[in-house]
Amino acid sequence: MSADTDAAGHAGTPGHAETAGHTGSLREYVTGFLLAVVLTAIPFWLVMTHALSRSGAAAAVVLAFAALQMVIHMIYFLHMNTRSEGGWTLLALLFTLMLVVIALSGSLWVMYHLNANMMPEGMPGMGGMPVHHDMPAMHDVPAAPDMQ
Amino acid sequence: MSDTTPTPGYYSNQEHHPENGTLLGFWLYLMSDCLIFACLFAAYAVLGRNYAGGPTGAQIFDLPLVALNTSLLLLSSITYGFAMLAMQRDRLPGTQFWLAVTGVLGAGFITVELHEFSHLIQDGAGPQRSAFLSSFFTLVGTHGLHVSFGILWLVTLMAQLGRHGLIPDNRRRLMCLSMFWHFLDVIWIGVFSVVYLMGVLP
Repeated sequence: MSADTDAAGHAGTPGHAETAGHTGSLREYVTGFLLAVVLTAIPFWLVMTHALSRSGAAAAVVLAFAALQMVIHMIYFLHMNTRSEGGWTLLALLFTLMLVVIALSGSLWVMYHLNANMMPEGMPGMGGMPVHHDMPAMHDVPAAPDMQ
Repeated sequence: MSDTTPTPGYYSNQEHHPENGTLLGFWLYLMSDCLIFACLFAAYAVLGRNYAGGPTGAQIFDLPLVALNTSLLLLSSITYGFAMLAMQRDRLPGTQFWLAVTGVLGAGFITVELHEFSHLIQDGAGPQRSAFLSSFFTLVGTHGLHVSFGILWLVTLMAQLGRHGLIPDNRRRLMCLSMFWHFLDVIWIGVFSVVYLMGVLP
């Protein structure tokens, strides 16, 4: 698709095609660096000074800053754009991100419910079994590692 | 690749493709590496709070040390950028200088990380203590191994540059290492955010 036009555009300048998409300017690097410093300092400050009392809110803010900083690094240091390699690097990145999201959210989702099912309270079938009433100690032992 | 005789139109296109192919191929390698880290992050996300009666993240993580490590890696990212800018201007001494600075910063990062690891293991918080520590050492250790191999690669390239100068082959190799190095910094953002910062939250 656009790979043809891209190659044609650089046809007269050997050596240009491989450098154009992947090395930036000084301004680009410095801008990226300053943004990265700010985006790193804020979450560190938030957590080290306990600025947010609720853990959930602090975790959400830390994750949001991490995602933002990753985008900054991609644009200013890795020079991602829609044109490099005819758009194939971006396509590969989007596909990878999709797999990453599936792997992360899928693992958390499945394992969260697995943990819930490991709880003795979560086993409705166990209540009716006579062995359960005879051996109350069995009830407590498997619960201990999960409760921490 | 190294044969850059200017030939018109059609043949010129032919010569560009291997060059682009290397960088695109290396990018695809980085994406597959990204999936390895995604699996390790998923393992940590699932196991990260299973302390098995052992120490928690809040008890063992030394945030000022992590902040130092983060700054070392971030600084090494921009110094590698300066090396690439020097390469663009065909300045071999400048390229070598900034590569050396990058290597020293990377070595500093690894030193601090090894210091942290040995400290944890001495305190009985080694990888076999709990699921949390197993997944922690696997994730952070894999990243540290990547940085170590990156430094080895960087030293190799500096020797190559010293011997052959800024030939097209070396430029291509420097560009691949540039992507690798910046990619490791992106992974580190995930590590310090998810493992260290979120790990010390109650």
